[in-house]
Amino acid sequence: MRYIEPHAHMVSRTMDDYQALSIAGCRAICEPAFWAGFDRSSAAGFYDYYRQLTEYEPKRAARFHIEHYCWLCINPKEAEDVGFAREVIGLIPEFIHHKNVLGIGEIGLNKNSKNEVTIFEEQVQFAIDHNQLILIHTPHLEDKRKGTKLIVDILGQFPGIEPNRVLIDHVEEHTVKMVLDLGFWAGITLYPESKCTPPRAVDMLEHFGSTDRIWMNSACDWGVSDPLSLPKAILELRKRGFDDGAIDRFVYQNPVRFLRQCPNFRLELD
Amino acid sequence: MAKSNHQLVDLYFMDARSKLIDIAAFMDRVERAGQTDDFRYVAFQEALACLSKESRAESILNAFSDMSEEPLAEATLGPALGAYKKA
Repeated sequence: MRYIEPHAHMVSRTMDDYQALSIAGCRAICEPAFWAGFDRSSAAGFYDYYRQLTEYEPKRAARFHIEHYCWLCINPKEAEDVGFAREVIGLIPEFIHHKNVLGIGEIGLNKNSKNEVTIFEEQVQFAIDHNQLILIHTPHLEDKRKGTKLIVDILGQFPGIEPNRVLIDHVEEHTVKMVLDLGFWAGITLYPESKCTPPRAVDMLEHFGSTDRIWMNSACDWGVSDPLSLPKAILELRKRGFDDGAIDRFVYQNPVRFLRQCPNFRLELD
Repeated sequence: MAKSNHQLVDLYFMDARSKLIDIAAFMDRVERAGQTDDFRYVAFQEALACLSKESRAESILNAFSDMSEEPLAEATLGPALGAYKKA
């Protein structure tokens, strides 16, 4: 069955994963810029990373007939040093018009600190100034509820924000409603331990799936994560009685609707 | 949109039963080790009370959460631990 993987960190994955994703029906992968598991020691490290996202990964994906897109930013984990973060943000204009760039992301909060808030606000303004879509990371575990609330409150202070051009990711049962009620898109991340399991994701889709503003992703990376979690969620949807049309809407059409707001995204709705 | 008039108990009972036994065994294990004063275990026990409420998943997630509203002065070190450590 066709689907889009709207959030995967393929720089941390092998060619085996690309092959498995392709066999499973994945048509496109969207890769947000993130914390690579260790703090980079200089802005030059990010320059290389942005080149990897815009030049190298699309070629790896193409070998398996998967379109590769990316998002650019400095992630909140490495944004605590405001001066360093601004230096990195200064690199983004050189890459932002590359043909596989979807927008600014995954920005957001990690530990909900004041400096993270400062850099989040500056990157939101950057996205508005450059007419870019926004992808937002919400914090982990015990920090998620507070961070998500801070994020939606901050976004509410930007008159230039169009909620339908912002996706707030990693929602769970205690945050999904506050995101959707304000008109933003919501991403459900399927992780083996933290975040959400396929049965819980289907529960949320039953509650909130009548909106088109919701998608699922694996967010597979260097940690304990599963690049095939989306096909597993498709199976879960089938077990729960969803027909092919509804499943296609969740895993293909909804992502296309959001992503086609960026002219670089080429997949068609039908 | 609700589709769950399928046989949900057929679908999920054995999995939930297994996880419930794992929880019981985890509690036995921590108790045997004398580690019940760990703040995460205390939060875990408090979260169990949410099983008797409505919207159980949401309530449990909230029970483990930092419910404060102001940004921290600076980011704390290390990963999130799964339960908010009260002052």
